[in-house]
Amino acid sequence: MKRWTGPIAATVVALALWQGIVWIADTPHFILPGPFRVAQALVREAALIGENTLVTLVEILLGLVLGAGLGVATAIHLSLSPTARTFILPVLVFSQAIPVFALAPVLTLWFGYGLAPKIVMAVLIVYFPVASAFYDGLSGTPRGLIDLARVMGASRGRIMTRVQIPAALPSLATGLRLAAVYAPIGAVIGEWVGASKGLGYLMLYANGRSKIDLMFAALFVLAIMTVLLRATIDLVCTKLLSRWTGETGRPNGF
Amino acid sequence: MGGRALFGPLALTIPAGEWTCLLGPSGVGKSTILRLIAGLEIGGVFDGDITFADAPASPAPVAYMAQSDLLFPWLDVTGNVTIGARLRGETPDHARAARLIDQVGLTLQAAQKPATLSGGQRQRAALARTLMEDRPVILLDEPFSALDARTRAEMQALAARLLTGRTVLLVTHDPAEAARLARTIYILDERGLHTSLPPMSPPIRAVDAPETLECQARLFRTLSEPA
Repeated sequence: MKRWTGPIAATVVALALWQGIVWIADTPHFILPGPFRVAQALVREAALIGENTLVTLVEILLGLVLGAGLGVATAIHLSLSPTARTFILPVLVFSQAIPVFALAPVLTLWFGYGLAPKIVMAVLIVYFPVASAFYDGLSGTPRGLIDLARVMGASRGRIMTRVQIPAALPSLATGLRLAAVYAPIGAVIGEWVGASKGLGYLMLYANGRSKIDLMFAALFVLAIMTVLLRATIDLVCTKLLSRWTGETGRPNGF
Repeated sequence: MGGRALFGPLALTIPAGEWTCLLGPSGVGKSTILRLIAGLEIGGVFDGDITFADAPASPAPVAYMAQSDLLFPWLDVTGNVTIGARLRGETPDHARAARLIDQVGLTLQAAQKPATLSGGQRQRAALARTLMEDRPVILLDEPFSALDARTRAEMQALAARLLTGRTVLLVTHDPAEAARLARTIYILDERGLHTSLPPMSPPIRAVDAPETLECQARLFRTLSEPA
């Protein structure tokens, strides 16, 4: 597995640097614990971390599915309806001027302290990249393909399902890859504003009790979860796209 | 277009069952005429009539082939050849598709995606798809102009053979192509639309036959005359 050597080496170097800084600067463990201490906390509090991870994971997945679904539906609607383009598109663009984080307290006010505001938060943060990437793909369908389909007698609906949507799938994949990274941000922000469960809540709780090793352990789990989510979505998109076009649909870099 | 007339009044009659070439420099509106016949948007206002002798004008009884192959990258050759039926919600006739793919010489590539084909093979696939549509009128918008000389000559011969008996309107800027394939030649330039005589012999003519070369030279001179 050659492609794993790079990431593994980088991780080892980063951990060594981290431990090195802790040794050299001699930081107190309630400011910056070393990786070993964090690993101990991870094992010691495994049950607590696991329980909260599950909550955050559910928020992320639900947010991702609902947000991506809404985004896809919006993109198709925008592409089919000139009226929607006139009225919804400017609103959509303007809505991006509002920092989603600023909405978190309002969402908590409206939806309470349970799962709902976190999921709404993740939905909001996932929705726009998916909608805009997919809409770009739908509008960017080569003119000639649509003309050809029209001459062949295709209805507007079939031009959408058989020409535009397939042509826009690589763009949708780009949007989903972004969404996979954004969704955890939404969930955690939601938890910070008001929650009694979840990794974001656990981090605040640990911070408040100077259990910085536990906070880092929760952060570590969150990061791993995001990376795995991103990798899974990447893998699924690449697999599906390569079957779709006979070539790799993987864009370069991030 | 943009408040400006693309072309003045013109009348174009295309004889049934044979090849008509519409020759002219780039930008005079050849493709626009073709799009009008196909019933496609032209980004302007069209005031006039398009009639087909034996068929209603809508839906236009035409099949359309363009300079770029317009193959769907996510479908293999068979999928592309049969796309018309699926776009209309019909069941494709796979036996007929296989026969047409064989006629254009792509049987071995039938399960390949367009990205893995050469330029000539892609245009063959596009030709098979055009034939699959089985329409009386075939509109060709410079379908051979992006090919190298030898492949172009082969494609012209193949298309002439497989489209025998159909009404073909070929838009081209290449006098040699018109001299080789046309039964009727129209020239569209800044002065408007006028006809020009093709060689006496029936198409398809040899690339290097004296009458083909003579016609090609004559067409070239007409196109080169100052407006």
